Amino acid sequence: MSVLQHALDLKQSSATSGMAPAGEAVAVAKLIDISRCIGCKACQSACLEWNERREEVGVNTGYYENPHDLTENTWTLMRYAEVEQDNGDLEWLIRKDGCMHCADPGCLKACPAPGAIVQYTNGLVDFISENCIGCGYCIKGCPFDIPRLSQADQKVYKCTLCSDRVAVGQGPACAKACPTHAIMFGTKAEMTDWAGQRIEDLKERGYQNAGLYDPPGVGGTHVMYVLKHADQPEIYSNLPKDPQISPLVDLWKGVTKPFALAGIGLMALLGIVHYVRTGPNEVAPEDEEQARRTLENPKS
Amino acid sequence: MNMMNVTRRQLFRYSGTALGASTITALGFSPAAAVTAARPFKLERTTETRNTCPYCSVACGVIMYGKGDLAKQEQATIVHIEGDADHPVNRGTLCPKGAGLLDFVHAKTRLQQPEYRAPGSDRWEQLSWDDAIDKIARLMKADRDQNFIERNQDGQLVNRWTSTGFLAASATTNETAFLTYKVVRSLGMVVFDNQARV
Amino acid sequence: MTNTWADIKNADLVVIMGGNAAEAHPCGFKWVTEAKHYNKAKLIVVDPRFTRSAAMSDLYMPIRPGSDIAFLGGVINYLVSNDKIHKDYVLNYTNAAYIVKAEYGFEDGLFTGYNAEKRDYDRKSWDYELGEDGFVKVDPSLQDPRCVYQLMKAHYARYTPEMVSRITGTPVDKFTKACEWIAETAAPDKAMTSMYALGWTQHSKGSQNIRGMAIVQLLLGNIGVAGGGMNALRGHSNIQGLTDLGLMSNLIPGYLTLPLDKEQDYPTYMSTRQFKPLRPGQTSYWQNYPKFFVSFLKSMYGTAATKDNAFGYDWLPKLDVTYDVLRAFELMHQGKINGYFCQGFNPLLSFPNRGKIQAALASLKYLVVMDPLATETASFWENHGVHNDVDPGQVQTEVFRLPTTCFAEEAGSLTNSGRWLQWHWAGATPPGEAKTDVWIMTQLYRKLRELYAAEGGKLPEPILNLSWPYSTPDDPTTDEIAQEINGKALADVRDLKDPAKILARAGQQLDGFAQLRDDGSTTSGCWIYSGCYTKKGNQMARRDNADPSDSGLAPNWAWSWPANRRVLYNRASCDLEGKPYNPKHALIEWNGEKWAGVDIPDFVATSAPEAGAGPFIMNAEGTARLFTRGMMKDGPFPEHYEPFEAPVENVLHPKVGPNPVARVFKGDLEVFGKPDEFPYVATTYRLTEHFHFWTKHALINAILQPEEFVEIGEALAAEKGVKTGDRIQVHSNRGTVEAVAVVTKRIRPLTVDGKTIHTVGIPIHWGFKGEARKGYGANRLTPYVGDANIETPEFKAFLVDVTKVAAAVS
Repeated sequence: MSVLQHALDLKQSSATSGMAPAGEAVAVAKLIDISRCIGCKACQSACLEWNERREEVGVNTGYYENPHDLTENTWTLMRYAEVEQDNGDLEWLIRKDGCMHCADPGCLKACPAPGAIVQYTNGLVDFISENCIGCGYCIKGCPFDIPRLSQADQKVYKCTLCSDRVAVGQGPACAKACPTHAIMFGTKAEMTDWAGQRIEDLKERGYQNAGLYDPPGVGGTHVMYVLKHADQPEIYSNLPKDPQISPLVDLWKGVTKPFALAGIGLMALLGIVHYVRTGPNEVAPEDEEQARRTLENPKS
Repeated sequence: MNMMNVTRRQLFRYSGTALGASTITALGFSPAAAVTAARPFKLERTTETRNTCPYCSVACGVIMYGKGDLAKQEQATIVHIEGDADHPVNRGTLCPKGAGLLDFVHAKTRLQQPEYRAPGSDRWEQLSWDDAIDKIARLMKADRDQNFIERNQDGQLVNRWTSTGFLAASATTNETAFLTYKVVRSLGMVVFDNQARV
Repeated sequence: MTNTWADIKNADLVVIMGGNAAEAHPCGFKWVTEAKHYNKAKLIVVDPRFTRSAAMSDLYMPIRPGSDIAFLGGVINYLVSNDKIHKDYVLNYTNAAYIVKAEYGFEDGLFTGYNAEKRDYDRKSWDYELGEDGFVKVDPSLQDPRCVYQLMKAHYARYTPEMVSRITGTPVDKFTKACEWIAETAAPDKAMTSMYALGWTQHSKGSQNIRGMAIVQLLLGNIGVAGGGMNALRGHSNIQGLTDLGLMSNLIPGYLTLPLDKEQDYPTYMSTRQFKPLRPGQTSYWQNYPKFFVSFLKSMYGTAATKDNAFGYDWLPKLDVTYDVLRAFELMHQGKINGYFCQGFNPLLSFPNRGKIQAALASLKYLVVMDPLATETASFWENHGVHNDVDPGQVQTEVFRLPTTCFAEEAGSLTNSGRWLQWHWAGATPPGEAKTDVWIMTQLYRKLRELYAAEGGKLPEPILNLSWPYSTPDDPTTDEIAQEINGKALADVRDLKDPAKILARAGQQLDGFAQLRDDGSTTSGCWIYSGCYTKKGNQMARRDNADPSDSGLAPNWAWSWPANRRVLYNRASCDLEGKPYNPKHALIEWNGEKWAGVDIPDFVATSAPEAGAGPFIMNAEGTARLFTRGMMKDGPFPEHYEPFEAPVENVLHPKVGPNPVARVFKGDLEVFGKPDEFPYVATTYRLTEHFHFWTKHALINAILQPEEFVEIGEALAAEKGVKTGDRIQVHSNRGTVEAVAVVTKRIRPLTVDGKTIHTVGIPIHWGFKGEARKGYGANRLTPYVGDANIETPEFKAFLVDVTKVAAAVS
């Protein structure tokens, strides 16, 4: 299967150069219209069901978010913010968090494992688990803090934008389920157009700063938001105002490229793995051992 | 300003399943490539059955995807449930409850066989359907024959049974409901209610 | 619902009050978002909490739980005193002009005829004055002080915006703005829809909450029109069907009623049910009652139902009182009930005052539970520590737990909130030995029949004679039962006007209830469902979703009762001449020969406008009732009464606090809490991640909302020193719940009659079975008191105290 994955309409693949130029495809996008989102978690439910992921049953910590953060199983999460406006009225701003499928994906750029992260010509960014070495570079490379490392299999997971469904002409499971059509899926041009109509409606209702979130710092995204307050994305549970790929990623790329191509340079890589995953000098010996084993015995 | 002006019908298409072949190509996967998708599409070779969500009264249409075909007298098990895009109310959408229906169908706490708990006991015992029906019918008849009220204190004919009650469900079919009605009323039961209030 | 889900998109204004559609009915709420985007509709939400519905609104205002009638009375007052009504509609399609008896009156919180000892009214004076011709007297000028309109105006004059705010805590400016927006829909081409649910019904005056909004909608001319209506968002997938089919103590399918003790014979029974028209030229469709009733008896007793035995009338049980669930558990608690069946129902968690329910179940001799899931009720005798503190050795009840199929494993129809009967198909093999409810009820009946046939016993006739027309008597199919519900001709059914014409031959399925007869020549299990399975086959299985005119009605999808009509009272969408008030959203119109349009006329199709029949054909008046005569037990106009546990006295009439005729039993009256001990107002509700007590068994939903919690506002939390995530206890006079505190800005203190009132929000979903964490359950707290008319428990407004749980020392 993994061979086919690489062969399929790839635009770019992690730690791989010299790819044949892919044919041009129409860019797709998922549009999340927060002004129509009721925060019901149908998307979370559909995501768990379709992708056959489940979590341990957790606890309530005093908030509506459950689980409390994205995990290797929870690829999308509703985040809730209660924001008081100047006139005293309340707004309950609820944002569906998950992979933004950046046009210029920091995760892919940072990834040293050949073929572990791919970008299709339509813009979807997908993690190919068989090739993942669990180094966690992608986590640090992501300006939105999305990928999560599984302690169970030492691989990193995130939203695939339901590449399996999209491949057969269906929308992602979350968009299909969304009761109020707050999540839409189509070509990026169509979604941008629809967003324009929604923004017009919101402006008529007095939201003068309504706008589309499609941040240029990452080349635009294939998951976009309609925001009532596009001037303050941070009030939506810390949606970054101007996300950028960390400059460190370029540095890592320089180091990891030879390894990725030739399969050497293990020690250098491990050093960076430690740093990226847990910060300097705070690595447990078992982690180090785990990383070493992972690199020595990559799963086929 | 808005060149394309997405219409309502298009909108449903974008969120539903009904993308045509041309759209598939437009979305970046050529039909040939789609066959060799990055991740296998898990609904190939499943049986589709139309149903409605059993939870709230919106009654969203759902499609159940199963392995095995009941129509061919095969054992069948549901592997996935998703909204019915043709349905005029839910248009393929589902809420967090409906989208998790699979876990209701396969809940660990689904009952598997008739069980009995004796007075004062702290455990369930299994029993056969025949034994269960026999025991229950005997209890009913004994209570009915002992407590049935043919005439009230004024001597009026009232033919009612008030010492056994029946609480009917809220999600059974109309057909279950009508058959239940017939049986309950034929016995003269009046302590009879449903879940309309709670 | 008078209308249907997708029709909500036609609304110009949506008012969500007494419900929370975004969370409880998300896929129905979709049509609100459609109305907002495509119809530029506005959304008003009135709720004690800032809900997800509120988050989507254009105008939100808080309200104190249990004060809705004060709010709605204020809206009525605004509309009539500012003359913002749809005059043509009010004059012609309501009873506004009707003259009421001189003896009727209202004083100090009581309508005329109150008997304090019986806690009941003599309702004789709540009626119209009749002329010598036997018809109601009217004053088309609406000026007569005894006409309904003037009486209503006087009744609600007390409900000024300031008084509304004093009772409800809703700020005056927001209330007035809501009134202005609502008033705009008095225009003939504007419609407002009302979406409500248990937030209005679960009160000791629940029926009158709904009446309050019904009056508003009638004054605005919003009933019977596209995008309008009174839309009850039913809770369960087939509770509409269970109610339509009469599975209640006092009902016969199709909203016919069981005879009372005093109705000893068929003519006496019928004498009070065939309502004569109260105005000239009216249809008064209940005149057909005998046809529906006899056809029902034929479906019950088959060939044993004959003219000579009044079709088995004596075999029907006669009622002395209504045995609703509150009475049932009261009697059980008194040891007067020996056996109880729960078919897919979990009363241990569903009914108020858990302690009382627990004790009641333990006094049963036998309990039979049929359910797909392991419910708390079936295991009420199990010990689960603090979550079910019971000693099994002390419980002498025999319990049977019978496994049933779930939706995925059975075929049949469900009736949704919009009255659509939709057929579904089985797609899976049942787990283990699980069986359908039809199979189980069949085995029970067949066994009882066998015993009665062999041994005799009390009144065996209705059991032995019960019609059982199924090809395999031990295993009826739902397809056969669906046909039985629809009904068929037992002899040739002829056209009443043209006897040469045969409408249905003996043995054929009927086309609809117009073909029912009262001579025993037809059967029909439920007259309003007649038409669902005709000669042409199963209409409920239709799947043509075409929607000509983009009305949202989808007339060929499934089948809607009655007669596949999608919007009830749609004749009222046209003026007296039969022209649509709003041509943009026309439903039907008079085309010179008959009524026609995108919907099936709710009217005699050939009755010309000049014949003068009113649009509300089920009513003897032909019009809708602003004043309900003696039909409601607690008054012909809704009046604000406080909940049985209230934080303030009733400022309108301090001597009459709560509803004077609400359902309350001795023993329960004594355990109502008082505000000095229980100072906070509590309300219970559902969360969007869960469905009642089912989805805690579904792992995905347990993941999404895993553990019991209670919501309190920041101000109350600060007073109590509680931080979000701390554990708190909530106490009522009946019990205690301990749960995680969710501290939120979404619940704010209100100023009510000068006092600061905090609201405590209590989601209901937790028990001791399933995947979610075990919890105490909200019904440990709730009071055992019901609505005056339909006995719905008061789950939405009661009093509690809150205490912080000290952190455990590690």
